[in-house]
Amino acid sequence: MGLLSKKDAKLITDPLADNNPITIQVLGICSALAITAELKASLVMGIAVLFVLGIGNVVISLMRNIIPSKIRIIVQLIVVAALVIIVDQVLKAFAYELSKTLSVFVGLIITNCIIMGRFEAFALGNGPWKSFLDGIGNALGYAVILIIVGFFRELLGSGTLFGVPVLGDPIEKTGVYSIGYENNGFMLMPPMALIVVGLIIWVQRSRNKALIEDH
Amino acid sequence: MAVNTDKNSYTIIFAIAMVLVVGSLLAFTASSLRPNIDENKRMEKQQNILYAMGVNGNEGAGDITFVGTDVVADEFSKYIKKQLVIENGDVKEDEEAYLIDIKKEQTRAKNGGTRRLPLFVGEKDGETFYIAPIRGKGLWDAIWGYVALDKDMVVKGTFFDHAGETPGLGANIKQRYFMDDFYGERLLTEAGAFKGITVAKGNADPKNEIKDDYEVDALAGATITGDGVSAMIKNDLKLYLPYFKTLK
Repeated sequence: MGLLSKKDAKLITDPLADNNPITIQVLGICSALAITAELKASLVMGIAVLFVLGIGNVVISLMRNIIPSKIRIIVQLIVVAALVIIVDQVLKAFAYELSKTLSVFVGLIITNCIIMGRFEAFALGNGPWKSFLDGIGNALGYAVILIIVGFFRELLGSGTLFGVPVLGDPIEKTGVYSIGYENNGFMLMPPMALIVVGLIIWVQRSRNKALIEDH
Repeated sequence: MAVNTDKNSYTIIFAIAMVLVVGSLLAFTASSLRPNIDENKRMEKQQNILYAMGVNGNEGAGDITFVGTDVVADEFSKYIKKQLVIENGDVKEDEEAYLIDIKKEQTRAKNGGTRRLPLFVGEKDGETFYIAPIRGKGLWDAIWGYVALDKDMVVKGTFFDHAGETPGLGANIKQRYFMDDFYGERLLTEAGAFKGITVAKGNADPKNEIKDDYEVDALAGATITGDGVSAMIKNDLKLYLPYFKTLK
């Protein structure tokens, strides 16, 4: 059984597949479209959300009995925003290069509906440890989809992975480019992220019929 | 807890307390980290200027490596021979010209004031570089850069950066293959008039071997950012033309 009880482990594994925040709950789509043109950006965003959602869920959970219900959304928003800004400031002071990579994501993290969604749906009604696991689980589920989408978009759109050319040189016509392959620039456009996410949803639902809603 | 969290008075008190706590927390973080952040920004400017004139730690083809933060101050004083400020045609030396905020200068010019133009004169291997800062608008936010020129306003190196362009698209102005394309491009026509460099789509010269076409190849999916780069090169570097004429 190990470190986690079965119930606790489920909090982490559920969002990875059968209750994935992007493909099942369809949350956080906007940031998934915006930043998945590159694998590196997808990874950085995944880590950033992991951090914010893990800590934010704990903070909200600790405050859950004293938050006035009338302004709870505003309180949640303030917690996320404050957390993100503090992290950004600390990085600017001690890891300047990293903070430059992250600066684009600060706004996207604050508005990510997965974070607000988990605060509202889970942290307000559960203890800190459970909330922490739920935050980590959902952030991982989000990161997995981001990385899959980023992998295909960068590979097919730019012919690179993490910025390293893997298919040859498109200008010198080496590698697969020598037999007439071309990068599909359309993969770099946001609509293609939507289509890739759609394909993932399709594959996932055809493998697990329980996910298909009745009509 | 036995508090009635639905009462209006409780809500208001909670809101006020939250604002005070979060506000002071943020203020404390910001002010205690300010010296570190300012120092980082100062070093970054020096690194960027040196990068544009080719003083950097690049090894591989895709590398963008600045000189280390531990040596940047020494390298800066070693390679940058003069820091000039051009104001209304008057050229003055100023040891802190690299700290001039281009955004403020642009606003001042827009409001009818005169704009101070910083220019850094660097020397490396017997070659003289004139490095000018530029700043403009991308798709989402500001873009800026440093362009190293020789005395005929031929580009000898560039560095571009951005505040929030889309990763994988507009953010690629910060990639080596984009920055390096500018090397050798001319800003002036044969007659000596200012023409600038356009980031052009459908360029017939994707390897960028033709150096007198006043064009570099655009980035896929980043039209507006590319136009921003063309515009900041044209608008900001044009202002230096009178100074370069005095060099002849």
